[in-house]
Amino acid sequence: MNRRYLVRRLAQLPLTVAAILLAGFLLIHLAPGDPVVALAGQSGDAEYYAYLRAKFGLDKPLPTQLVIYAGNVLSGDLGTSYVLGRPVAEAIAERLPATVLLTGSALVLSTVVGISLGIYGARRHGRWPDTAVNLTALTVYAAPVFLIGQLVILGLALGAGWFPVEGMTDARSSVTGLPRLLDIAHHLALPALALTSQEVAAVARLSRVGLLDELRQDHIRTARAKGVAEGVVVRKHALRRALLPVVTVLGGRVGHLVAGAVIVEAVFGWPGLGRLLVTAMQNRDGPIVLGVFLLVAVTVVVANLLTDLLYSWLDPRVRYG
Amino acid sequence: MSDTAEAAAGRLEAGTPAPAPGSVRRVLRTPGGAVGASLVLLWVLVATLAPVLAPTDPFAVDGPPLAGPSGDHLLGTDSLGRDLLSGIIHGARTSLVVAGSVAALVAVIGTAVGLVSGLLGGWLDDVLMRFTEALQVLPRFFLALVVIAFFGPGLDRLILVLGATSWPLLARVVRAEVLALRHREFVDAAVVGGASRLRIALREILPNAVPPALALLGLVVAQVILIEASLGFLGLGDPNVTSWGTLASEAQRFLRVAWWLTVFPGLAILLVVLALNLLGDLLVDALAGRR
Repeated sequence: MNRRYLVRRLAQLPLTVAAILLAGFLLIHLAPGDPVVALAGQSGDAEYYAYLRAKFGLDKPLPTQLVIYAGNVLSGDLGTSYVLGRPVAEAIAERLPATVLLTGSALVLSTVVGISLGIYGARRHGRWPDTAVNLTALTVYAAPVFLIGQLVILGLALGAGWFPVEGMTDARSSVTGLPRLLDIAHHLALPALALTSQEVAAVARLSRVGLLDELRQDHIRTARAKGVAEGVVVRKHALRRALLPVVTVLGGRVGHLVAGAVIVEAVFGWPGLGRLLVTAMQNRDGPIVLGVFLLVAVTVVVANLLTDLLYSWLDPRVRYG
Repeated sequence: MSDTAEAAAGRLEAGTPAPAPGSVRRVLRTPGGAVGASLVLLWVLVATLAPVLAPTDPFAVDGPPLAGPSGDHLLGTDSLGRDLLSGIIHGARTSLVVAGSVAALVAVIGTAVGLVSGLLGGWLDDVLMRFTEALQVLPRFFLALVVIAFFGPGLDRLILVLGATSWPLLARVVRAEVLALRHREFVDAAVVGGASRLRIALREILPNAVPPALALLGLVVAQVILIEASLGFLGLGDPNVTSWGTLASEAQRFLRVAWWLTVFPGLAILLVVLALNLLGDLLVDALAGRR
C-alpha cells in the first residue's frame, strides 16, 4: 500500500473528529431551551439556577466552554449527565457491551448469510431461485427495521412463543456461567435477526451483482475453457474481486447497523446505547446525547477509514489521489 | 445509510455519459419499472388527494378503540378510536412533503457542488470533494436525531438537516459526468462557436450531466423516507401531522392486541421505498450504459 496515501488518510482523521466535535457542541448549545430550567423546573429560584449553571460550567462564555469540553473529551471525560448525575463515560461504558453484542452479531451474520445468498443467486442466474432471492432481498431491503422487529415479535415471540418478547436476560433467573450465556443468546436471537435482515438483503444484492459481473470476465472464460470445475471457478477465480463492492460499503454498514440498533433496542427493550440515547433525548440530557453522538460518529468515521485502507490493499488498482 | 445507493453512485461514476435516447421509456416497459412507477404514481396521487380520499379526519375519534379491520374501518382503529386508513392516507402526504422537499434541496446542492467542482477543478475541486467525502461518512440518522432532539420535532428542520446532508452522492456523480463531458465534441463545438463559459456550463454540460444524478435521487429519497419513519417511530415525529412512523410507534404499545396498527403503516412505508428503489436501480442501470 502506498505510504503517502496512508499518511494522508490518517491525517484527515483528527480534522474530521474535530469537525464532528464542533458540530455537536454548537448544535446543542445553540438549541432553544435552557437545560437548567428543564432540570430545576420553571419556578426554581435564581440562586439555585446559578448554582446549577456553575456546577455544569454553563456560566462561562461559549468559546471557553468549547475549549474546556474539547480538552475534557480528549482526556476521555465526556462530562456529567444532567439527569443521572454521573459521568457520561460511565453511563456509556455500562450500555456499550449490549450494543456491541447486538451490532457485532448482526454484522457477522449479515456478512456470512448475505454473501452466501448472493453466491447462491448468481450461480443460478436467471432461474427461479435467483429471482426468489432477488425479490426477497429487494422487499426486505425496503422494509423499515421496526416493522421487521414487530413482525418477528408477533410471529416468533407472541405467536409461536419460541423467544422472549423483550429484555436481555430473564429477570427471575440469577444463574451464572453457561446457562446465563444461553439465556442472553436466547434473548439476543430476535433483535439480532431483525437488525441483520436488512443488511443481509443489501450484502446479498451487492455480492450477487459483483459475482455476476466477474463471471462475465475473460479470465473466467479462460478458466472454464481449461475445464476448471465451476465451484472452483467461483471460489478461486471470481470471488475475491467480486466481493470488492461488499468491502467498499463495510464502513457504511457499521453506521447503518448502529442506527438500526437504536430502533431495534426500542422495539425489543434491549438495554444498550440506543435506549440510553432515547431516554436522554426525552430528558433533554445534553451531555449524554452529545457523548453517544460523538462515539457513534467517530466509530463510523474510523470504520470508513479502515474500509478504504482494506479496499486499497485488496485491489491494488485503486489509488485515491 | 444507503449501501446500494452508494454502489449505484459508483456505477454511474464509472459508466459512460450521455446514454442512448429512449432508455427511460425502456425501463418503464420492464415489469420492475412498471410496478415501481405505478406505485410511485399511486403514492403521489394518494398524498395529493388525501383530504378527498380519506374516510375521516385522521385526528377525529370515529369508532371504538382498537377495533380490528372491518367494513366500517377497513384497516381498523387505533387506541383512541381513530380510523387507521385515514391516518395512512394522510401519512402519505407527510412522507411526500418530506421526500419531495429533501429531493429538491439535494438536487440543487448536489448539482451545484458537482458542477462547480468538475468545471473549475484545481484547489476548489479538492476542497469541495474532501468536504463531500467527510459529509458522506457522517451518520445522517444520528445527526437528524440530535437536531430533532434539541430543536424539537418539526418537518421544517427535518427537511433542512436531511437536505443539507444527503447530497454528496449526487455531487460526486454530477462531477464525474461533467469531467467526462468536458471534452466531448459538442462542447468543443460550442467553444469554437464562441459561447461563454457560463453558457457552456448551463446549456451544454448541465442538461447532459443531470439525468444520471436524478436517477440516483430515487435511491437517496428512499433512504430519507426510512429515516423520517424511524424518527417518527422513536416519538420524534411532528405532532401536528400524521406520519407512518408515528402510527407505527403507537403500535409498539399495543403489539399484543392490535397487529393491524403495526402491519399497515409498515406496509405503506415498505411499498413506497420498494418502488423508489426498483425504479432508481433500473434507471441507474439504464443510464450507466448497462443495458
